[in-house]
Formats: sequence, C-alpha cells, structure tokens
Amino acid sequence: MTEWLKSVEPLTLKGQIAVPYTWWVGETGGRFMAALRDHRKILGTKCSSCKTVYVPARKSCGRCFIDMEEWVDIADEGVIQAYTIVHYGHPVQPAKPPFAYALIRLDGADVGFLHVIKKDLDRIKNGLRVKAKFRAERTGTILDIDSFELM
Amino acid sequence: MDKAAIVGVAQIKYERRKKDQIFADMVFDVTREALDDAGLTIHDVDNVVTVSNDFFDGRTISGMAVGDACGGQDKNISTVSGDGTFGAFYGLMRVLSGYKATIVVAHYKGSEGDINITTNGMFDPVFHRHLGIDAVSSAALQANAYMTRYGIREEDIAQVSVKNHGNAKNNPFAQLPMDITVNDVMKSRKIAEPLKLLDCCPISDGAAAVIIAGEDIAAKCRKKPVWVRGVAHCCEEYFLGDRDLSNPVALREAATRAYAMAGIRNPIEDIDVAEVLEPFSYMEPLWLEGLGFCEPGAGCSLITKGITVMGGKLPVNPSGGALSANPVLVAGLARLIEAALQVRGEAGARQVKNADTALAQGFNGPCGQSHCVWIISGTK
Repeated sequence: MTEWLKSVEPLTLKGQIAVPYTWWVGETGGRFMAALRDHRKILGTKCSSCKTVYVPARKSCGRCFIDMEEWVDIADEGVIQAYTIVHYGHPVQPAKPPFAYALIRLDGADVGFLHVIKKDLDRIKNGLRVKAKFRAERTGTILDIDSFELM
Repeated sequence: MDKAAIVGVAQIKYERRKKDQIFADMVFDVTREALDDAGLTIHDVDNVVTVSNDFFDGRTISGMAVGDACGGQDKNISTVSGDGTFGAFYGLMRVLSGYKATIVVAHYKGSEGDINITTNGMFDPVFHRHLGIDAVSSAALQANAYMTRYGIREEDIAQVSVKNHGNAKNNPFAQLPMDITVNDVMKSRKIAEPLKLLDCCPISDGAAAVIIAGEDIAAKCRKKPVWVRGVAHCCEEYFLGDRDLSNPVALREAATRAYAMAGIRNPIEDIDVAEVLEPFSYMEPLWLEGLGFCEPGAGCSLITKGITVMGGKLPVNPSGGALSANPVLVAGLARLIEAALQVRGEAGARQVKNADTALAQGFNGPCGQSHCVWIISGTK
C-alpha cells in the first residue's frame, strides 16, 4: 500500500449519471415496433441479393451493402439456438434471476432473435421449440413480447 | 510497410480496487516508466494516443482527463475508445504516417463503475438494451453456442482457468495468481450458465503504456526494439443473432491478414508464444481456433495435449491472461506488452525460452465482434 495512505484519509465521491434520451427508432424500427404493438406480429426484412431474412427488421443488409425493401411476416415461434441461464441480477434486466437469454431462430427467419425465457428453466435445451408470449398492454418496445415459452 | 517497433512498455500491478491512485496518477506512472524503459524523454514523443471509454469512466471526453498525465500538452492527442490493441494499431499508423514516436496509454477502473450496466450500453438501444443483456450474459450465450456445437464439456474450458491462474503466479502484475483445480472451477458459483465464477475474469483497476517508434528512434532506444512484423483487425456483424457465435470469422480474417504481412505460413510452427484476450475461459480455445492454431472445435485439446501450457510448443498466456486481471481496454494492451517482454527476453519467471516471434490479440465488442492481431519479433 502506498505511503500516503498512512497520513491522508482516502475519500470517495459518489455520483450517478442519469441522462434521459429519446431515440427515434427510425422507419424500419417504427414499422417493426408498431406491428408488435398493434398486431402482435413480428416483422423481418429480406435481402434481394443474398436472400437472408433478418429479424428484427433492418433497413439494409450489411453483408451485401444494399437496402432491403421486402417485408416478411415472421412466425412468433421457433427453435432455441443458444441460451444461458442467468444467476445474477442488475436493474436493467426485465426479470428477476434466474431467467434465461436465448437466441431463437424464428420460423421464416435466417438469423437468431434475442429474447428472454422466464419459465421451465430446468427443461431448456438447444433445439427445443418456443413461442412468444405478448404482453396485454403493449407500448411499442421489444418488451411488448414479455418472453418466450417452451411449447 | 516501413519498419516500426515497440521501444518502451510499462504496466502497473492490476488490482481489484486501487484506492491509492486516480486515473491521472496511474497514467502518469506508466507514461514515465515507458519513457524510462525506452530511454526517451517526453520531448522525444510527438504524438499521444489515449485509450479509454467515457461510459466506463463516467465522464465525457475521458481521454482529455489524462492528457496532462501522459505528456499530451502541445502534442497531437487522440483517443481510441476500444481495446488497447486497437489503440496501439492507431499509434502505429501515426508513426507510419510520419510521426517520430507515439505513446499509447490505456486506463480503466472497474471498481468505480458498474460493469453490467455499462456493458449493457454497448447493445442496440431499440432492440436489445431493454432485455438487460450485458458483456457477461452475451459471453455465456457464445459459450453455450460454441460448446453445444462441438460437444465441449464445462470441465474442458475449466482447464483454461486452472492454467492461466497458475501462470499468473509468475506475473508480478497479475491480480489473481491462484492454485486451483478443475473441480474448484466446477464448484464455483454459477454466474450465467455454462459460466461459473472461476470461468470469468475479475473486476480490475489498472493502466499500461507502450511507445511505438520508427527505425531512427528505435536505433537510439535503450532496449532491444520489438519489431512489428504484421498487424490487422477485422469486424463482423453487430447483432448477436446475425452471427455464428461458435465461429470467430473476424478473428480468422484478421489473423490471415496479419500472418500474410508477417510471412507466417504455419502459425503453430512459426509463432513461439501467444497472449490472447480471454476474459472468459471458453474464449481462449475459441480464439486459438480462429487464429488457426488448430482445427475448429479442437481448441481445448491444445491444453490437454500440453501444447499451450508453460513448457509446451506454444505457451498461451504465460502472464495469466485476462482471467487473472481484466482492466477492460488496458487488457489488450497488456497482451501486447507481455508479448513484447517475451520477445525481449525480459518476462522473468514467465519467460518462454528462446521466444523470438510472438502473437498478441485483443478484441472489441460483445463476444469478440472485432479482433486485432499483432505479430511482433526481435528480428526485423
């Protein structure tokens, strides 16, 4: 330990940065979120070049570097590709631990969809099918889907 | 490429909570030590790169807060908000574009903020941030994807933690030198399955610095120059679901480019020692696969076969790696510094015999979205 600590009291200063932001979600994000909120529908976009169907919908395909204009209805169910059961908590998490994060390959999409699974954690395995559980009151956020549940 | 070398390095001991030094104190110390190491004064350095992150530090323009402490006054100073290997890359580019000598300083204090909340901030605010995903839980998803694909057991990745905490006993800068067993790792508290406490890096405070210079300055420096033979970085998709998390394609591409530049044809034969950034145990074998040291899925067998342990054909993380101290951002620079010490023959008890060509790797972004690979050598 450094010498100065014997003669100077080590003081700390507490701080909290709470900065409000209001992010516009954009044209593609807006359509995606409105579909979740108003129709309980998950939308993707399809690249006309590589044919990849992205979900959540994206405005452009990073691989082909072109805009995507074709909208695709994605199923609200699919297969668990990867998961983790989380045993620690922090204030941003939408559930009390233990709960799970999963990458879910929704039917009709070519990429994984990140969301949470709150129930039946002891039964979770890659390859199992899950279905979206929508919230009754939806506000146009990714949490309009409360979670996914094992089928 | 014109020749450039690492001519000065410095680290301070990584600790859980450094209450005796503020950011500027740490940066001042490593700056002065790196200059002493190189045999240069601050007046010989004409360019400064700081490595820091505003979210981590809890202040905007976090690099400017340490400008005075690293001799930045009256100089060109810029900040890389990413891993230290990328900061060093930028410093190298400044030298190659005409500056005489660049000092690259990195600082981080995990003890002062909240790593879960701040790393949640690296995810997309519209689609992902509200899910609470962070650096640890995303890494756990990658571990699950990788281990499921190749049938890797938790005991297999636990070996990395055993090896690296053991290696850390030879590194005076390491935070967690430990004698542990695979069983200790297996019994440790579950964090985010399959990761347990001892599969995860600690929270660390620390700072480090390197000085990179062209041939003219390198010839005048006190220590043997460590030449940059090849370096490259590469990035892949941002959204986790768009990526194959079990296949580090960006790392493979960065390594291919760095090897081509350095004339490395067979990495496991041509490279003597590697320092890779593995804040989670599974990352070491996965990155070694991406670096081409073995076939995809065979990363864990490199420990079992004794290849990556001290005394093996390719010791990996003689320093103990990020599992033994993970001052974020600084940790990649520490990999480069440790590799440079190996090339110089100055790595003390962790020295790999006759090491001449070393690899250092760092990454940015969740689950290694972007990787930077360095090949350095005592041979110009």
